[in-house]
Amino acid sequence: MSGNNGYFDRKGRPIVVVTGMGIVTSLGRGREDNWKALTAGQSGIHSITRFPTEGLRTTIGGTVDFVSADPFCAPALSENLADMAVSEAIEQSVIGSAGDFPGPLFIAVPPVEMEWPQREELARSMSPSGAVDYHTLLDAAHRGRPDLHDRFLFGGVAETLADRYGTKGSPISLSTACASGATAIQLGVEAIRRGEADAALTVGTDGSIHAEALIRFSLLSALSTQNDPPEGAAKPFSKNRDGFVMAEGAAALVLESLEHARARGARILGVLEGAGEAADSFHRTRSNPDGHAIIGCLEAALEDAGVSPDEVDYINAHGTGTPENDKMECLGVQTVFGDHAEKMPISSNKSMIGHTLTAAGAVEAAFSLMTIAEGRIPPTINYEVPDPAITLDVVPNEARDAQVRRVMSNSFGFGGQNVSLVMAAEPA
Amino acid sequence: MSAAPHRQVLITGIGLASSLGEGLDAHWTALTAPDGPKPVIDTEHFAPYPVHPMAELALDTQIPRRGDQRQMEPWQRIGTYAAGLALDNAGIKDQPEILERTDMIVSAGGGERDIAVDSAILTDLLTTNDPGKLLNERLSNDLRPTLFLAQLPNLLAGNISIVHKVTGSSRTFMGEEAAGIDAVRTAHARVASRQSEICLVGGSYNAERLDMLLLFELGNYLWREDWLPVWDRLSRGGGMVTGSMGAFLILESAEHAESRGGKAIASLDAVMSDRCKRETGAATAVARGQLEKIRPQLGSGKTALLTGATGAEPISGEERAFLESLVAENDDIAVRAVGSVIGHGLEAQFPVLVALAALTASRGKLYPALDSTGLEVDSGAAVDRVLVNLWGHWRGEGMALVSPAG
Repeated sequence: MSGNNGYFDRKGRPIVVVTGMGIVTSLGRGREDNWKALTAGQSGIHSITRFPTEGLRTTIGGTVDFVSADPFCAPALSENLADMAVSEAIEQSVIGSAGDFPGPLFIAVPPVEMEWPQREELARSMSPSGAVDYHTLLDAAHRGRPDLHDRFLFGGVAETLADRYGTKGSPISLSTACASGATAIQLGVEAIRRGEADAALTVGTDGSIHAEALIRFSLLSALSTQNDPPEGAAKPFSKNRDGFVMAEGAAALVLESLEHARARGARILGVLEGAGEAADSFHRTRSNPDGHAIIGCLEAALEDAGVSPDEVDYINAHGTGTPENDKMECLGVQTVFGDHAEKMPISSNKSMIGHTLTAAGAVEAAFSLMTIAEGRIPPTINYEVPDPAITLDVVPNEARDAQVRRVMSNSFGFGGQNVSLVMAAEPA
Repeated sequence: MSAAPHRQVLITGIGLASSLGEGLDAHWTALTAPDGPKPVIDTEHFAPYPVHPMAELALDTQIPRRGDQRQMEPWQRIGTYAAGLALDNAGIKDQPEILERTDMIVSAGGGERDIAVDSAILTDLLTTNDPGKLLNERLSNDLRPTLFLAQLPNLLAGNISIVHKVTGSSRTFMGEEAAGIDAVRTAHARVASRQSEICLVGGSYNAERLDMLLLFELGNYLWREDWLPVWDRLSRGGGMVTGSMGAFLILESAEHAESRGGKAIASLDAVMSDRCKRETGAATAVARGQLEKIRPQLGSGKTALLTGATGAEPISGEERAFLESLVAENDDIAVRAVGSVIGHGLEAQFPVLVALAALTASRGKLYPALDSTGLEVDSGAAVDRVLVNLWGHWRGEGMALVSPAG
């Protein structure tokens, strides 16, 4: 398959590199602002003002309030966030030409459903007296609202971005719950390795904090209820951690084969060396207590990257701050990395940006590559009460300078989804 | 760019459930009934919208734990059931060593809601002075906590992992018809390029939902009159009739199938997906391009063409003209609109089309026409291969080629 001219990995597959990145989170817009805040240990979590939170157990989140979507609905904000991240990534990559990206689009988007404001608007349009139901809504719909049809299709956001950026082929919208952003990257890596594409645009986006979304996670007891102060709620790896904090954001990565990137003289930001995955068959929201799916996922990522555990310098943790996740992630890391786990730093971006859900894997992959480039590890903030059961170096509270040559970034999600990425500095 | 060498991809298992029944034999029997296929249509429960209801499924046979069944909404049950049928059909149902490295790609929608809760909240929302407070209170109290999980697209894959122990990998594609096309295309490409040895791919759709109909009625895509076959609707404005369905395929390399004694039902020779903005003629141009790529594999002999035409206009009229031009160029092509017999199933439609294509290829003949407009023609000639064509109701164009095994 390959004569090795430096463009192929040890398994004879095209090496995949990153040449552009864009980030939006509750900490700000763009790589620079985000990195500055992230390494200053700043939190983007605040009280929610987008909708009334009266009577709710959780009233905080990492909403991105400086980006508008009017009227608000999750796919509209998710689209705007993705758009910002993509334009920043393409600008950095200097790839293709305006409206003509030379490869496919893989985008992790939050699940889409019509939301309450639109239901209410449709119902009111019929001027009903008395009880309304879905027949009322269907009668209103029959008058024709193609705008709402297009808005609430699962594929709508991807189609809009595919039009705007001229990506090639059918855009793939995907969901693997909280691992989605990493899955988008994994699919892009696989497409380039197959030789199907020289470049791919991979995106994770999530702008879905509205009342029902918050309540649904709350009903599953997944969210932190320590609302005051908001910036102290996300406490990954702490003994008093009590759940994750919902947040919004987006990140886009331009992936290319090393050969393609070098041929056009692109600046290489890092290498996507490997992706690993294993599904858990234990429970819809919990990992098997023996940790075998997480362990299998981490091992698969190392195997795919062709590296040994002690070649990893840092782990960008899934680190949600739920009692369950952090315990299981620690077990997985200790099992796979053995003695090296005690020396290797592991920190959670979510302590500052919250859990950006569908976007998390992509956002944290971008931060992982910046960690390598900048030689500085973002901290796990709010680490005041260590959990004696988690004996890892979580880079407590303050960023740390360190030479980081290779990062593993973990993403785990409901439905037994586990994906880990291995990223490294540009090859010599 | 170095394209990886491609190898043959076999379909070694199929799980199929629709209004016509469950399994390949039941579908073949219904499709080839002596007086022609008889669609099953529910015209009452969702009037004025006819839908094709799911046949009664013996859920316990594929989802033995009632607790698991309760954790799913119907679309997840249909999909988990069909996935189990596919694993059974491939002979790997009880082979943990294979299941734990079997890859999975699911095309999913989701979002089945609690219609009663929604209606009650909406009624009160229109008269309250404090809508924010009301919404918070009522959603917190009235939503069933686990309903969320039954609505999440990736929880169909999650349920398949839990119930059937398929855990090699798990990806869920969303995005209506295109999700189904890309799921099958990606699974095919992964096996063809040696990224995967064996992959479970498919999707499911539950048409018996007012909330699902709502989305398509917003765009006025639905047929609201007495049921007619797809092509017969076009002269009367067109419209889509949705159908409950689920289909999963086991795609496998020949080497892997041989090593475990698996048998091929058919060969999946090509899968293509693309998009356009649906300007007049754009989908035709996409499909022409796809056909040119497939043409070297077509050879001579009789080709059956199964289309997923929805019946919605103007796109189904454009597709009809495209298909007529194919038939005019080559009278060895015989067309069938699968939507006429089982309806349209969005994310599930492409996997269902490929499943029916494999069934047709394996039986070597085509089921009788169901069309009074003259596009579908009966012929007793043996079928040598089956083309699949699907244009989504809004976006997404896919094509596949299926040939008999061996």
